[in-house]
Amino acid sequence: MIAAAGVAAAVPGQITTPVIDYRQLSPLLIVFGAALLGVLVEAFAPAAARRLTQILLAGTGFVAAFVMVVVNHSFRGLVASRAVAVDGPALFLDGTILLLALGSLLLLADRSGGNADALVADPAALPGTQEASALLASTDTVTEAFPLMSFSVGGMMLFSQSNSLLTMFVALEVLSLPLYLMAGLARRRRLLSQEAALKYFLLGAFSSAFFLYGLAMIYGFAGSVELGDIFNAAANTSKDDTFLFLGMALLLVGLLFKIGAAPFQAWTPDVYQGSPTPVTAFMSAGTKVAAFGALLRVFYVGFGDIRWDWRPIMWVVSIATMVVGAVLAITQQDIKRMLAYSSIAHAGFILVGFTATNAQGLAGTMFYLLTYGFTTIGAFAIVGLVRDGNGEATHLSQWAGLGRRAPFQAAAFAFFLLALAGIPLTSGFMAKFYVFQAAINGGAAGLVVVGVITSAITAFFYARVIVLMFFAEPVADGPVVAEASGYAAGAVGLGLAVTLVLGIVPASVMTLAHNAAVFVR
Amino acid sequence: MNPANYLVLAAVIFTIGAVGVLVRRNAIVVFMCIELMLNAANLTLVTFSRLRGSLDGQVIAFFVMVVAAAEVVVGLAIIVTIFRTRRSASVDDANLLKY
Repeated sequence: MIAAAGVAAAVPGQITTPVIDYRQLSPLLIVFGAALLGVLVEAFAPAAARRLTQILLAGTGFVAAFVMVVVNHSFRGLVASRAVAVDGPALFLDGTILLLALGSLLLLADRSGGNADALVADPAALPGTQEASALLASTDTVTEAFPLMSFSVGGMMLFSQSNSLLTMFVALEVLSLPLYLMAGLARRRRLLSQEAALKYFLLGAFSSAFFLYGLAMIYGFAGSVELGDIFNAAANTSKDDTFLFLGMALLLVGLLFKIGAAPFQAWTPDVYQGSPTPVTAFMSAGTKVAAFGALLRVFYVGFGDIRWDWRPIMWVVSIATMVVGAVLAITQQDIKRMLAYSSIAHAGFILVGFTATNAQGLAGTMFYLLTYGFTTIGAFAIVGLVRDGNGEATHLSQWAGLGRRAPFQAAAFAFFLLALAGIPLTSGFMAKFYVFQAAINGGAAGLVVVGVITSAITAFFYARVIVLMFFAEPVADGPVVAEASGYAAGAVGLGLAVTLVLGIVPASVMTLAHNAAVFVR
Repeated sequence: MNPANYLVLAAVIFTIGAVGVLVRRNAIVVFMCIELMLNAANLTLVTFSRLRGSLDGQVIAFFVMVVAAAEVVVGLAIIVTIFRTRRSASVDDANLLKY
């Protein structure tokens, strides 16, 4: 679009039609197409058939897009007038996002322990009224959530592979706007859910305004918002340009917010706690992959030549994120909040791989994102099954003795927590090992020291939950663990399989990440 | 008039918006302050476009307007829902999620 405008300016009265590489763009087009079809289904399909149609439509879209990512796996280049990059990291992260989206879709569709899912029947019903109470057990649901999720997945894929800051800004909004709405769709505890949506929206819009102002500054500096042009402009200055550094800092604020890195992590626990659990799983897994993909692309491709100027900042952010996440998680009494702080700590660990600024760090970061996503989806799947009379029982004290009531579910949750702690034979250990090794080779050994110490701190509160589940007396009127439906069992099984397999034989996926770890410019 | 003055004006507007987000309590006003920040970015883009003699900045400003419109739809939906529930759009009243 921008290139077309540039050509038009050069030759008055003549506009060259941009070439669209449909095959390379097909994963994006399929996902957005499925989302648009989903909107039509909402409008025209009979109410009874909507839910199943939407699930099948979104699922088929994700699978078809994944197939096209695999088909395109050897392509490297810039498509759509250089606005979208299709290269190793883009394809690897696209594939990761699509697989995680499939896992999250299973959770979103799940109806374990009854006929109701985690989404509200009528978002407009006032909480506390009789009407709203009557809707609690209703089999109705907001099926709009499925196309919203597809839009968000498309935005995530585009976010991690945009080669121009404008495309990236639009993708940022396309991924965020549906998530703001989905955060407010919880079936129970409507007030908390609405509050989460409000906080997420206001802070998210605030941060994207910073991103946009950064974009404007970079445009003023380079005269273009294409990452390749920004790289060339930055390489040819005396590296003391105000607009360059102002723009870089503002872009960084917007990206770090999406990642949930300190000091922009304040929204994470509130939003993770208030959102419906399937949406929390989707958010923590998918958004993290997409935002790290964008961060890597902007800073490795656009600002690759001035890495010595931004590396010290990333050191500080990485250390602050690890420490804040690990220390604050200790004091949490709510399981979803604890997992939120754990996700902040993990953002810090992934930033260690990012700060390594070498190919090994890039590969390690991508591998970490894949493993963390599957582990966290599995963990949230279990959280969604543990319930009491008011919905999910998320207070830690209610989880006491859960190992006796439901040994399988508790064992699976314990396994996920061990993976998050980074215990050997889980994927979490291999991922941490790779990013720390890359950081040592990249001259960031200090970060590794902090990383290992904070890993030990995180292991403490994960172990506390495991001890509570298996060695504490069950509380008298404790929660019940709902019988997992096929959907929930699928999500847990997927998480367990990936976490275990990548913990024992990570070589093939790691090789894939290594081969993919080259950006095109 | 020197076009660079518009950059200063945009920076002032952006700052007013950012400070407004931090100090105002009404969610609608907070949201309007965010819109102010987006408009400051637009002004910056258009000014740079003029300074550099390229059209890209103006085209980007159009994209931003569309995105901002979409954001208004989602944002007002969320704020109105909150207001119907609580009879208040104050961001200080939304305080159930903490610790």
